[in-house]
Amino acid sequence: MVHRSEGSVRPDEPPEGGGAPISRRRFLQFTLAGTGTLVVGGAVVGGGDAGDPAGALDLGEIIDFGNAITLAESLYADNLLLEVTADNRIRFELPRLDKGQGIATAIAMLVADELDADYERTDVELSDRRPDRPFSITGSSAAVRALWAPVRGVAAQARARLVTAAALRWRVSASSLTTSQSRVTAPDGRSATYGELSAEAARVTIPLIPTTPRPVDRYRIVGTAKSRKNARAIVTGAQEYTLDLGVPGAMPTVIARSPDVGGTVASWSAGPAASMPGVVGITQVPSGIAVAARTFHEAFAARDALQITWRPGTARGRSDDNMREGLRQIVPPLTPVLPLYRSHEATFEFPFMAHAPMEVMGAVADVRDGAAEIWYASQSPNYLAAEVARALRIPVSNVTMHVPYAGGSFGRRLFGEPAIEAAQISRALGVPVKLMWTRNDDMRHGRFRPITRCAVRASWLGRATTSFEHRIASARTDFSHGLGDALTAAGAQIAPGLISQVGFQTMVSIPYAFGVSNGLLAERDFGVPTGSWRSVFSGTMTAANEIFIDEMARARGQDEVGFRLRHLDSPAATRCLEQVAAAGDWGRSMPAGQAQGVALHVEYRSAVAYLVEIDTNGAEPRLTRAFAAVDVGIPVNTRGLQAQMQGALVDGWSAMFLAGIHIDDGFVREGSFADFHWARMRHAPTTTEVHVFPATPGAEPGGAGELGIPAASAACVNAYARATGERPRRFPIGEVA
Amino acid sequence: MPRYTPTVNGQARAVDAPADMPLLYVLRDLLGVTGPKYGCGVGVCGACTSHLGDDAVRPCIVPMDSVGARPVTTIEGLADGDVLHPVQEAWLAEDVAQCGFCQPGQIMTAVHLLAANPDPSDADIDAAMSENVCRCGTYVRIRAAIRRAADLGSA
Repeated sequence: MVHRSEGSVRPDEPPEGGGAPISRRRFLQFTLAGTGTLVVGGAVVGGGDAGDPAGALDLGEIIDFGNAITLAESLYADNLLLEVTADNRIRFELPRLDKGQGIATAIAMLVADELDADYERTDVELSDRRPDRPFSITGSSAAVRALWAPVRGVAAQARARLVTAAALRWRVSASSLTTSQSRVTAPDGRSATYGELSAEAARVTIPLIPTTPRPVDRYRIVGTAKSRKNARAIVTGAQEYTLDLGVPGAMPTVIARSPDVGGTVASWSAGPAASMPGVVGITQVPSGIAVAARTFHEAFAARDALQITWRPGTARGRSDDNMREGLRQIVPPLTPVLPLYRSHEATFEFPFMAHAPMEVMGAVADVRDGAAEIWYASQSPNYLAAEVARALRIPVSNVTMHVPYAGGSFGRRLFGEPAIEAAQISRALGVPVKLMWTRNDDMRHGRFRPITRCAVRASWLGRATTSFEHRIASARTDFSHGLGDALTAAGAQIAPGLISQVGFQTMVSIPYAFGVSNGLLAERDFGVPTGSWRSVFSGTMTAANEIFIDEMARARGQDEVGFRLRHLDSPAATRCLEQVAAAGDWGRSMPAGQAQGVALHVEYRSAVAYLVEIDTNGAEPRLTRAFAAVDVGIPVNTRGLQAQMQGALVDGWSAMFLAGIHIDDGFVREGSFADFHWARMRHAPTTTEVHVFPATPGAEPGGAGELGIPAASAACVNAYARATGERPRRFPIGEVA
Repeated sequence: MPRYTPTVNGQARAVDAPADMPLLYVLRDLLGVTGPKYGCGVGVCGACTSHLGDDAVRPCIVPMDSVGARPVTTIEGLADGDVLHPVQEAWLAEDVAQCGFCQPGQIMTAVHLLAANPDPSDADIDAAMSENVCRCGTYVRIRAAIRRAADLGSA
């Protein structure tokens, strides 16, 4: 067994209020594990250390949600676990969800580089929920930002102790020793592997070399291209996701859910279902009637045989048209344009949008004897554990949560409905269950990016842009997944209903000098479940801005790239735009019906630009070539970044041209990928070249997971508008009205 | 409940299942073969794509009583021991996968495409691969991997 965070005092509950009197004095722990190896972990020390309070932060200091997560987590940042095993492997437990963004690989690179470890022998596992990391949320593209310093710190500590152990063993100066490929070497040629030194390193109390991480320019793995650590497992089918886990006795389980959004059971009887083949148990849960069976097929059959009367759901009477009209009514007014000024104004409408990760939502739960063991790919495991505990009325300390790799998320797994349901079913039936949401459940009972209306207006006098205003009306975004607690812990006192305003305000800034610039958000609850969708407000707002800027440039007789370059006040965005304009040969002559389009985005301390080419002459419009340039301050895995930017382009195309969720009198129209039209191979460009700028001296790493969406979305629409002369106003463009 | 004795990845297996149970649930829930993924259950996403004899099929819509004597090959059966299939190698070389959930189905579809058409054009790739959804948007690298595998095959 591995000891970790001995002496940790962090309770399950988040600290009370912002700026709780928690000491910032921390120490790293070095314990001898049962196997006799170095385990570097951390623990926060509580108690009065009155001279160094956490201190409340003004909201103004919170740059964005990622910054809030980093701040909230900072007190617990060193609560990490890194083990040097006797067989000379490095094992690091990552307090984040890897859902395809590649964070496990990026962190393995960082650990190995700082530790001078053999990268091939560096393993990153996803950590179970850690109560001593209450704000570890995978979101806001913040994982590298938040873990950059603490991971380097814990690896540097481990390296210093391994070197010290070797120095003591050989009675030589520690500073004379070198490290490479998980081995310490002395000037006289003696050497030992980290594994061989691990037990002695665990007994080192005072390292004899500095424990400060090395400067970025000394890294040799960070900033290079590495393949995904689990790539071989994926291509051989060995990679396990939640419902692939061989949890003993876990029975396949599905839930009969209401036909409309948010409906509840009025009455039910099992009818013939109870005696159908394979059925193990049937029970009611708040979201419907659950059936556990030998196989999912038998569970489906029994589910379909249940006799259920439903109460109407939460969105009856709501349809796309009346919600769009509702948004039109609440969108805040734009400021009147002054006499003599010229202006451009446009309104853009976005539909509800499902996350639809390829892996449907699901969870495994084993609840017995007042304790719950949960397997769920959660982005916010501590918040979810508290919800499970509340639902079961057990102490949260009795909730163990394992975090398997996820088959996509796009924000969906910030929420954990399946884990709560599975726990309730397991307890009711007295067996472990593996609950699967069918694709139909995912589409009809999931959460959506809110239906949104963006009104944008800019005014100018001569060549000077004097104002840029953005007004948004949107279905209310549900942020009840732990981010509010993180914000509070970061010192921002925010009423729960205002979290979306905070998010909006941190995302609303534009990277252009456009005179007076401001944004307002008005939200309305339509009874349709919502949630953050990859890039949150920026996915609609910034996409709208970048489409609008193209229109404004043309209205003023200016080139779309030149206009942006003249107004940009972000050096990173400028060089990204210049890069794609050069790589894609901006302005090259193209046949009728074909055109280029550009757009950019600055967020998460990063910048990106896209240039795409479209051909609208075929049966449906299609991207032909695409170029992206991304500046994340310090790239960790350039190949992972390229994948993110390539994928964001497919998402952007899908969201703007193909896909959307429709509500008809409270019912969701779409039920699977047959009618939720996500892009397929035939919609994707044949090439997407992504340029990753190398580390900038003095920079810190920025986020990347959501970065590409707004710019990619707008670049596609801008190319379409230039090819067709149309001015798209409602998305997806390809939808028959 | 009838007994079936399918050959799965080269091994004879025995299983009691209703005749109408789709192959996917036989594989996943009764035989523990979890490489084929549930992505939709209605044959529109391709995540479970596997081979039945020489055909690429969607096990989620293949009833057990239609399997017959044809061997079932899932992603787990593609490699020859530790020696990966050239398409798997190409997938690694291009670092195709992100979340990876759809990739077993993508690979099985690609293997089937290349068996029938060793040098597919972009249009051929579009036609064959558009039956498989990838939510991470790895299409550009899937295409590159198919081309790479095709080049390996013709080398």
